[in-house]
Amino acid sequence: MTPDLMEAGSQRLQAYAEKKASNAGSTESGGRSAGYGRIARLGEPDFTHGVALYLDAITVSFDGFRALNALSLTVNVGELRCIIGPNGAGKTTMMDCITGKTRPDTGTAHFGSTIDLLRLSEADIAQVGIGRKFQKPTVYEELSVFENLELALAADRRVRASLFSRLSGEQLDRIAQVLTTIHLLDQAQRTAGLLSHGQKQWLEIGMLLMQEPKLLLLDEPVAGMTDEETERTAELFLSLEGKHSLVVVEHDMKFVDQLTEGRKKVTVLHEGSVLAEGLLAEVQNNEKVVEVYLGR
Amino acid sequence: MTSAAMKLEQKRGLLLGPKGWTAVAIALGVICVLLPLLNKAGYFSDYAVQLTGKILCYAICALAMDLIWGYTGILSLGHGLFFALGGYGMGMYLMRQIGRDGNYQSDLPDFMVFLNWKQLPWTWALSDSFAAQMALVVLVPGLLALVFGWFAFRSRIKGVYFSIITQAMTFAAMLLFFRNETGFGGNNGFTDFKRILGMPLATPGMRITLFVITGCTLVGFYLLARWIVNSKFGRVLQAVRDAETRVMFTGYNPLAYKLAIWVLSAVMCAIAGALYVPQVGIINPSEMSPAASIEIAIWAAVGGRATLIGPIIGAFFVNGAKSWFTVAFPEFWLYFLGGLFIAVTLFLPQGIVGLFKRVSEKRA
Repeated sequence: MTPDLMEAGSQRLQAYAEKKASNAGSTESGGRSAGYGRIARLGEPDFTHGVALYLDAITVSFDGFRALNALSLTVNVGELRCIIGPNGAGKTTMMDCITGKTRPDTGTAHFGSTIDLLRLSEADIAQVGIGRKFQKPTVYEELSVFENLELALAADRRVRASLFSRLSGEQLDRIAQVLTTIHLLDQAQRTAGLLSHGQKQWLEIGMLLMQEPKLLLLDEPVAGMTDEETERTAELFLSLEGKHSLVVVEHDMKFVDQLTEGRKKVTVLHEGSVLAEGLLAEVQNNEKVVEVYLGR
Repeated sequence: MTSAAMKLEQKRGLLLGPKGWTAVAIALGVICVLLPLLNKAGYFSDYAVQLTGKILCYAICALAMDLIWGYTGILSLGHGLFFALGGYGMGMYLMRQIGRDGNYQSDLPDFMVFLNWKQLPWTWALSDSFAAQMALVVLVPGLLALVFGWFAFRSRIKGVYFSIITQAMTFAAMLLFFRNETGFGGNNGFTDFKRILGMPLATPGMRITLFVITGCTLVGFYLLARWIVNSKFGRVLQAVRDAETRVMFTGYNPLAYKLAIWVLSAVMCAIAGALYVPQVGIINPSEMSPAASIEIAIWAAVGGRATLIGPIIGAFFVNGAKSWFTVAFPEFWLYFLGGLFIAVTLFLPQGIVGLFKRVSEKRA
């Protein structure tokens, strides 16, 4: 190699380093110059492509009935997506597929760009950062509100770790913080089974928050809540937007309207696949959607 | 925020309150000092020592049942099998301790001579060593529980289906042990024990020693169980009982938790069985009968589930009633037991302990 070639090479390298330094943090993939040689860490979703959840052509049939029919859906990082649809549209089945409760017949489901959800168990899926709230509030009825949250706290989930686990001051603060958020601080020592329906819903949402999931799946979160509670829930979800990705399945159009703030996408499911996608106002005027909702 | 957090912490921490520790100390004092002294002075008969010692073994079983049923919500109707296996483990050692003092004056246990066997089967290979045989008391039932539990829990068998399978398991084992070819004495089981560790069994001193060991084991297991249910592990178990799917979707693998408590519970029963045999002097396959296992569940239910102390009280109450009834009205005992179980289910879902709680709450 001749000296002038080496000289040219070092100049180019320096120019590149300067360019890189001036560009730092402004690229689409969060300040990384390129995706080459990126290390995918086990159990940690890779969100550098901006997609949190990626479902492709998922089909589920139960005894010949197609609950999901080639459903494809993507949810971006930090997005709050509402999903509506008539009864039997496959909303809950979709959540079952994402959380590992039901295995689809065909199709793929990815969390970030690296984690294949179809290869993980329910517990593993929860551990990589997907939290789920059920339609019917499911809390540990015999335990106190505090203990419910403690169990959901992001921590080592293995048997030996829980045998010797003790709460640190930080973790106590975190629990107190969530208790404040869900307005149950004064009920912390109460048995969860004694809470009202709406409070149980809140407790379950609080348990999700304790898990610090990256993606929250919420199945009819405001069912059985009073108007005031519903409003507070909407505020809470809006405050989570951006930090977490949220998928909300809901029938209550007023609530959906509040959540979308007139600018976010809504997905309409029907007979196991996406019927329409767009702003709530657009979707509500869509002929196909009206037909599905009002009957033919 | 921190003050709010501090307020939350208050309820936590100690294994038992000052009252609880006092009660434990009193229980140990009664078992280790008072009753042996009373026995020596003749106020606590040898018969009573043997009967109470037997019930202490049952109480350990009831405690083990409480961990798996009361706290984890898994009703096992096969715990009698683990109890019996522990008993057989101890029984084999005791049979070998008889030496040449049996009816046939042979090196082999009498029943083997009777069957015209010339040497010990391979299952008896370790039976001359006390330490090895005690290891088997823990390992064999533990391993069986591990394998059985792993398959059952992995297949997500729950509720009444699990109960029925455990029932089938103990019944199958009973049929197996009834056969002479199995090599464990057939339907007669083991009896006529003479010595343990070279010391004669049928002496008052040995009886009271075994009694004290059993009592201390019960107290030890109680403290262990208390520690477990007070830990986060214990709260996960209760969470499994209340809403297993939520536990899964929170990121816990219920299989590991259920398996851990299931094996521990089985081993506790096995140790109870090993303590039972030298005190009662016999072990046979009837301990594996489904009815024996169901009785364990009844003790727990009568005393009060998910209280730890309740099942111990239940074991004493039911077995105390049994020994009185079978003397006073022998033919009515089973009717009474059935009626008791129905009454508790209908009127005392929290058992005897729940009744006391309700009364004290009313007073307060």
